[in-house]
Amino acid sequence: MKRIISVLMENAPGALSRIVGVFSQRGYNVDSLCVAPTNDASLSRLTIITHGDDKVIEQITKQVNKLIDVLKVADLTEGAHIERELMLIKVATRTEAIRAEVKRNADIFRARIVDVNIHNYTIEITGTTDKLDAFALTMSQAAEIIESSRTGVCGLGRGERALRP
Amino acid sequence: MSGAAMVVEALKDAGVSHVFGYPGGAVLDIYDALFAQDAVKHILVRHEQAAAHMADGYARSTGKTGTVLVTSGPGATNTITGIATAYMDSIPMVVLSGQVPSMHIGEDAFQETDMVGCSRPIVKHSFLVKRTIDIPDAIAKAYYIANTGRPGPVVVDLPKDLVNIQEQHPYNYPQSISMRSYNPTLKGHKKQIKKAVETLCDSQRPVLYVGGGAIAANAAETVIELAERLHAPVTCTLMGLGAFPGQHPQSLGMLGMHGTLEANKAMHNADCILALGARFDDRVTNNVAKFCPHATIIHVDIDPASISKTVNAHIPVVGSVDKVVEQILDALKTLTTDSQHEKRADWWRQIEQWRGRQCLQYQSDGEQIKPQQVVESVYRHTQGKAFVSSDVGQHQMFAALYYKFAQPRQWINSGGLGTMGFGLPAAMGVQVAHPDATSIVITGDGSIQMNIQELSTCLQYNLPIKIISLNNRALGMVRQWQDMIYKGRHSHSYMESMPDFAKLAEAYGHVGIRVDHPDQLEAAMEKCFSLKDRLVFMDVRIDQNEHVYPMQIKFGAMDDMRLSKMERT
Repeated sequence: MKRIISVLMENAPGALSRIVGVFSQRGYNVDSLCVAPTNDASLSRLTIITHGDDKVIEQITKQVNKLIDVLKVADLTEGAHIERELMLIKVATRTEAIRAEVKRNADIFRARIVDVNIHNYTIEITGTTDKLDAFALTMSQAAEIIESSRTGVCGLGRGERALRP
Repeated sequence: MSGAAMVVEALKDAGVSHVFGYPGGAVLDIYDALFAQDAVKHILVRHEQAAAHMADGYARSTGKTGTVLVTSGPGATNTITGIATAYMDSIPMVVLSGQVPSMHIGEDAFQETDMVGCSRPIVKHSFLVKRTIDIPDAIAKAYYIANTGRPGPVVVDLPKDLVNIQEQHPYNYPQSISMRSYNPTLKGHKKQIKKAVETLCDSQRPVLYVGGGAIAANAAETVIELAERLHAPVTCTLMGLGAFPGQHPQSLGMLGMHGTLEANKAMHNADCILALGARFDDRVTNNVAKFCPHATIIHVDIDPASISKTVNAHIPVVGSVDKVVEQILDALKTLTTDSQHEKRADWWRQIEQWRGRQCLQYQSDGEQIKPQQVVESVYRHTQGKAFVSSDVGQHQMFAALYYKFAQPRQWINSGGLGTMGFGLPAAMGVQVAHPDATSIVITGDGSIQMNIQELSTCLQYNLPIKIISLNNRALGMVRQWQDMIYKGRHSHSYMESMPDFAKLAEAYGHVGIRVDHPDQLEAAMEKCFSLKDRLVFMDVRIDQNEHVYPMQIKFGAMDDMRLSKMERT
């Protein structure tokens, strides 16, 4: 089952490699990983998408929590939460018909065209992983995808739930 | 103060008495600072791996943090096995490694290795120091982290430009350490303690399963008190030996793969298992699916990640063993010992039956020396009071089973990683920490050759270790498995050109004794232990075909065991 593990950690050199290390050395899966400093620059927030049974997820949270640089770990999937991912996707727009189709689909998905030239459009879309998957599929049917890049999921618990130091 | 002087000053402030190390380019400034003082003593090893094992032996026998100082590159990577050994057994250690100058990091400079990266999976934490003024703080934190919570090794990587003896900076050693991201839980949760106490009181057939965590937490006395109050049998893991006295009437000895029949039987038939600082390792549980089917498991451990990792705990208690056992004892104040004796009478009758099988008995033909009799002889000649280090293999199991450890920190062995070559340097670290005690190493002809160069260090620092080498001209444990599983095909498990160990010891300036026949054993032991201030190497030629029994049968339950070459449970 897919899980979203959210980690609050010291924004220190090597902290990220320690977390990634726990996953590789203990044989856990990483489907995506998203990390950046928080509003407090001394802290980083990291969101990992992983999958496994309850026992594995329990071990992952415990082993990550054990790292000296880690302050808090939460499994966001345990409760109500918001998750978002951003994708940039570049498609070939060779004909007027393709350009129109791409634009129409981008509008339907509330995506934005952020770069345009004679041969291609680059589109930005934000949403859940499922929405981005659906958009990528639609685009592949409407036009040739040249390249795409996704940030991986980041998330927060809804309402009062929060990871604070 | 220069960065190099800061390193030495910070070691003093951290209370370090001894550093085990080896100089080289990147740490020459630090060595220069060591030269100018006496407070921190340096032991020069012959190989950096041994420095880590010495610091480890020092730490295991004292509870204090062991310290290693090595240069960059090969100096640092040579400590990796020693760091991994300490990590697996949760031993407090700080490794100071030199690093190439900051401006050359990443250039594949001479003797450059990413030590923080190399050691990452086997350290509790590590620091790559970036500014000279951060040196005292990094070292203070390293010692704090190494020896609090679940102990472990910490690496501090020091680029050469930061420790330059020419540059002066202000020195500030922190008065106290607090880290928002690191606050180990010591006391058990009240609700969990209550549940644990109720379960223990209700149980008819409890077992205390005691591991290295009890030793790390200095909890031996409270564990004895708890066991006596509950009148419960106690079994120790390989790492926990000595946490409960081996000669105590309630002791069942070691459990697990080579555990005693009574220990493994009691575990399998128990209705309540109180695990104190043990981690349900595969060398204990055998097949997890068949593990202790009747037991409610109470698991006390300072590391939450150890709980329910392999075996699911019914009542998890996160906390340090000493604190949690005190809490349990508090809750048991009203319990009378008599009521417990009465309640456990049937359980003890059953245990006495298993004990009656005398699973540690062995056959002796009077012609060949048996490894078991050597350990028994060592036990008698040291009145059971020596510090016993061991290497890894058959001799390790014989030592664990036949030397009855009375005190915690008396038994020093590489349990988790199983590091051959650990024994001699560990015994040296013990001797450095306890100059007046008897420090022996029980080893084998395979293991001893993995760090035999340290005989030279022993001479330099006058460390009168007693080396008892059970020489069977083979890699005994490998050979045993080949006998049992590979139909006796001894693939590369014997050594054709063994040195004359007694002469080798003499060449290093020590005393060597070779023993070939059982009749010579007692006299040789007497000579060995009468030479108080000399290192003695006893090369004891033992029966090559002896196996370690009891032994669990693979994929079976805890108590599915072979008791000898012919018998099984």
